[in-house]
Amino acid sequence: MTDDALRATIALPHRLRHGGFVVGAAIVGFVIVTALVGPMLVPHDPFAQDLVNRLVPPMWTDGGSAGHVLGTDQVGRDYLARLVYGARISLLIGLSTVLVSGLIGTTLGVAGGFFGGRVDDVVTFVITCRLAVPLILVALAVVSLVGSSFLVVVVTLGLLLWERFAVVARATSSQIRNLDYVAAARAAGCSRGYILLREVLPNILNPLIVVATLEMALAILLEAALSFLGLGVPPPLPSWGLMIAEARDYMFFQAWVIVIPGLALLVFVLGINLLGDGLRDLLAPESRA
Amino acid sequence: MLRFVIRRLVVAFLVALTVLSLSFALTRLAGDLAVAIAGPNATAADVDAVRLAYGLDRPVVAQFADWAVRAAQGDFGQSFFFKEKVATLIADRLPITGTLGLTGIVIALAVALPLGILAAVKQNTWIDRAATSIALFGQAMPTFWFGLILMIVFGLKLGWLPVSGTGSWQHYVMPGVVLAFTAIPALMRLTRTGMIEVLASDYIRTARAKGLRARTVVLRHALRNAAIPVVSIAAVQLGFMLGGSVVIEQVFALHGVGYLAWESISKNDYPVVQAVVLVLACIYVLLTLFADLLNAFLDPRLRTA
Repeated sequence: MTDDALRATIALPHRLRHGGFVVGAAIVGFVIVTALVGPMLVPHDPFAQDLVNRLVPPMWTDGGSAGHVLGTDQVGRDYLARLVYGARISLLIGLSTVLVSGLIGTTLGVAGGFFGGRVDDVVTFVITCRLAVPLILVALAVVSLVGSSFLVVVVTLGLLLWERFAVVARATSSQIRNLDYVAAARAAGCSRGYILLREVLPNILNPLIVVATLEMALAILLEAALSFLGLGVPPPLPSWGLMIAEARDYMFFQAWVIVIPGLALLVFVLGINLLGDGLRDLLAPESRA
Repeated sequence: MLRFVIRRLVVAFLVALTVLSLSFALTRLAGDLAVAIAGPNATAADVDAVRLAYGLDRPVVAQFADWAVRAAQGDFGQSFFFKEKVATLIADRLPITGTLGLTGIVIALAVALPLGILAAVKQNTWIDRAATSIALFGQAMPTFWFGLILMIVFGLKLGWLPVSGTGSWQHYVMPGVVLAFTAIPALMRLTRTGMIEVLASDYIRTARAKGLRARTVVLRHALRNAAIPVVSIAAVQLGFMLGGSVVIEQVFALHGVGYLAWESISKNDYPVVQAVVLVLACIYVLLTLFADLLNAFLDPRLRTA
């Protein structure tokens, strides 16, 4: 069996893969549109409390009203308005974290992969150390010590979630450094910086985009977990994780208060992962596995 | 082989040393530790008293050297809040986290291995697709939310399992399942890919050609080689589970090391926080070391690496 044939067999059924890509793109697109224009369309203010109408169930259940489609929370804030606003937070956290971690990871990985030798030993060691650090615990401790805010969460997660970028950038750029076109650029007298930016970086971009989707999904889940534990995005901002934490005391009476934000989180992260898996196939058919 | 072992031991030692420095640096992030310990209502005199009492008036390098030497001997000092030795606190709670982690990895392997093998053998059928979907959902599931949902369904509605605490083995079922789901996607994918590759190799074709039963070929010949990477990743995943169990311990009120860390973080109990980070990191380093050595033992080709 040739390598190509073997890889083709390992690849998942094509229809499912592309179906997955379409579904993922649709979910992510929907969340982006919701985050951009949603808060303007929902008639309620996500921060306005209404103590008379607390814990109103969703419209389709007994006691629900058309005024609050998804009901209200424990202090009477409209759940749909908070959910929609929460999409903004998750999206922003995901994108900004990936920017920070992508920059760190790619720089380290390319340095190690392209220069090799001592530099590579150091980069590998730094990656090993990062993996040994218990992720959530350190993130919790840092946010607690520095004080919780949107920016602190982004920087903390960005400083912790770069290792997959580094691993992939290192592996791909160490392959590229021995290829003919890099040798040609060297022979033509191009500077190191030029070669790195114009020859190496564009050619490792595709796998890095796939890593970026995975890391974005992870960052969103971690932010939700941090906010759930009370050390993420500070209240009254409606982070989905925080919504679940605040509703936790009422979940045994009215399960929907945690089901709704949790489902939003699950579907969004699933969409990002589907998109990433689809991109992997479309951008880099040689690495299907 | 000996060179490989020595090399790995040196790297593990250096990683542990680096994490030791990091966990010390972590607590200096807040700025003035004495102010943080004394609390928001403290006067300047209180802060000075705290600074003297905890030795925070000495140079940082001296404080670090002192702490590092003691920590290396297993003495992490005194907890601010619990009025107990940090080492005792951790030792008391480690069995709970350990039980949780082991339950998690056993459940994860019990689900991921058969599912991965089935997906590989029945490639491109609905079984394969179902297994892949489970992995996708597992990857996207917020662990704390999954735990809460299980509590509602199996604790409240069905009444099969206790909702929180550590009284009996039943208490570990739900948290174990939740923790297992963090490792199932990676383990299942690895088993599937490994099996597909091995099943396409020449020696499997030979085994089939000499008329062995399909089950023997898959379980005795193929699984042995496909399982090598799975074993080492399982050890690494166990390390991740122990480090990540803080969320699940908080959800299910399991008073393990993660719960202790969460309590200490919210109470500014720095000696405990840095000790827990260090202990969990060292356990991870030991687990990966074990995985690498086991790998080299199982697969001679890796020994030269």
